[in-house]
Amino acid sequence: MSAISRFIFRRRGGDGWHWTDIVTWVWLIGGLIIMFGPAVWLTLSSFKSPAALSKFPPTVLPYVTQEVKVEGFDKPLPLYEVTLPDGTTAKLVEKRRVGIVAQMIDPKNPSTVYKININNRKPVDMIEFATENYTEPFIQFDFLRYLWNSVFVTVMATIITLAINSMAAFALSKYKFRGQSLILIIIVGTLMVPLGVIMVPLYSIVSALGLFNNLWGVILPTVATPTGVFLLRQYMLTIPDELIDAARMDKASEWQIYWRIVLPLATPALAVLAIFSVVWRWNDFLWPLIVLSRSSLYTLQVGLNVYAGQLNVQWQYILAMTVVTMIPVVLVFVFLQKFITRGIATSGLK
Amino acid sequence: MASGLTMAVVERIMGIIDIPLRRWQKATGQTGMASFFLLPNMAVFGVFVLIPFVINFIYSMTGGAQIFLDERRYVGMQQYREIFSCGNYLDPNSCVQDGFWTAVQNTALFVVLQVILLIVLSLVTALILNREIIGRSFWRAVFFFPVLLSPVVTGLIWRWILQRQGLLNFILYEWFGAEPFNWLTDRTTAFMATIGVTIWAHMGFYTLILLAGLQAIPKDLYEAAQMDGTSRSRVFWRITLPLLMPNLIVVLVLALIRAVQVFDEAFVLTGGGPGTSTMYIVQYIYEMGFASELRNPGLAAAASILMGAVLVVLTLMQMAASRRNEKKGER
Repeated sequence: MSAISRFIFRRRGGDGWHWTDIVTWVWLIGGLIIMFGPAVWLTLSSFKSPAALSKFPPTVLPYVTQEVKVEGFDKPLPLYEVTLPDGTTAKLVEKRRVGIVAQMIDPKNPSTVYKININNRKPVDMIEFATENYTEPFIQFDFLRYLWNSVFVTVMATIITLAINSMAAFALSKYKFRGQSLILIIIVGTLMVPLGVIMVPLYSIVSALGLFNNLWGVILPTVATPTGVFLLRQYMLTIPDELIDAARMDKASEWQIYWRIVLPLATPALAVLAIFSVVWRWNDFLWPLIVLSRSSLYTLQVGLNVYAGQLNVQWQYILAMTVVTMIPVVLVFVFLQKFITRGIATSGLK
Repeated sequence: MASGLTMAVVERIMGIIDIPLRRWQKATGQTGMASFFLLPNMAVFGVFVLIPFVINFIYSMTGGAQIFLDERRYVGMQQYREIFSCGNYLDPNSCVQDGFWTAVQNTALFVVLQVILLIVLSLVTALILNREIIGRSFWRAVFFFPVLLSPVVTGLIWRWILQRQGLLNFILYEWFGAEPFNWLTDRTTAFMATIGVTIWAHMGFYTLILLAGLQAIPKDLYEAAQMDGTSRSRVFWRITLPLLMPNLIVVLVLALIRAVQVFDEAFVLTGGGPGTSTMYIVQYIYEMGFASELRNPGLAAAASILMGAVLVVLTLMQMAASRRNEKKGER
């Protein structure tokens, strides 16, 4: 045990703590709280009832006041712990409330009514997860539609991105032809053209093509990403030409060479691009916001923002929907974190 | 089983595609095939990036509220003249297009503050992650986590925390007895919130690049310094920082490029308010281009071209920096 703790807390300066050791651990633990804390807090909050959400100070876990069914009353009544005038405490339920005086009864003996000042009682709380926050949006809002739209956009855009980017990368890495360097220069040159610069004319082109209020209008403009072509080309350059020449000797067509030899060999690069493409598309916000104005076409991101922007924000639903929106990305993060970090560290791509 | 079936289907489709392509190949040779492979990407790229890029200039020289180019009239350089007619460039109220200059001013202040803080925090984190700590990949993941969250999720998380009944007020109340404060409806704190939240969301990305740079520094340099009994601060200023400089420059320029385009997180968090205190340039372009009340797509296009010019300069800087990096790698 001591060997482990010595390993964990090993320090630079031999014995004793150097100030940098303290800074390191403060920074790391602080980072853990600041980076994860907000998302955890959001998730915890998403299980609270509207009453618990509006409470200040807030509680960590979702509490609701316990309710008891009492004979002679249609609805269950809230349970309180009450300090009676004689100093004893009892668990009573509230029947009626007039101003600061509550009329309370014993659930086992409902005939006697106690008049209690509300300052002398405390609600009996219990932990209860408000799962209706998650089920209600499916009925109340078009949540399932948004989810489907987001999935459709993400999957389609990623498939098309991989297909056409890998084809272009293959052409640019394994053939010699006129204008090759010009195309490369254009691609590298537009690597940094952000949507903000071209969104006005892009909108009019998308509308002119009849893709306004159409999910394809969200999908198509971004699939020919220069980043993808560039990444795949750099990877395909490392595939030996001899392999391709050998295939040509065996009378393989160029198309067969592309998808039977080059594509399988480029799997690692394709995987990195696929992960990024999924994250990009799933998280896309500004462009779908512009192209989609009909609410049945909203993606999750747009739908969430629209509901969160309304005057009467129903936070309990917004929080639950935000958690659902976050889930795929968290899964990607948990399972593919290594690929992503390696991809960024080696290519500077994001 | 299922994957075997899909493989068979894919095989079939690819085989069918192959038949006409073999003909094409016979007619045009291998070079002809190159154009076939390029075609889909170039077509999409041309229609949705290159053409908009060119007609953006035409847009910026037309006036009116119509969005389609054939319904707009030519006005020459009027949009630019309007943008640049200011009594005093530092005072947006003295400009004809005061909204634009407010957005420019906000963005400029945002860029300077956000990038400085972002770089310092990323550098410190990278230095700490580069130490011999246990579970380095875990800690790296911790700082990287928010990078993948969507801007809308990020914005909503922080709106929830910064609101009046939010977690931040609760912590301040518990620890310092402070009165609840509405962080997002005060001009200064809302502005600082957009800075803080965007740093939170993007810091991990820059940390990763800097960490990769730190790990590429040869270990024997440090060992030699240790042998010579060089002090640790001297090692940092004389070895770590100079050798990390190329990465730092790349990170700096990337962070600048990203900061100039700030939109999503800030928009979800504050909607540009209160007033215009967090109205940044991309939001200005978005509202000028697409909000029906004050729509002027020509002005939006002109503003976007000006932003594009800034980005081109930054991109050229980035290219120059990474080229210097490559040269250094070859040496």
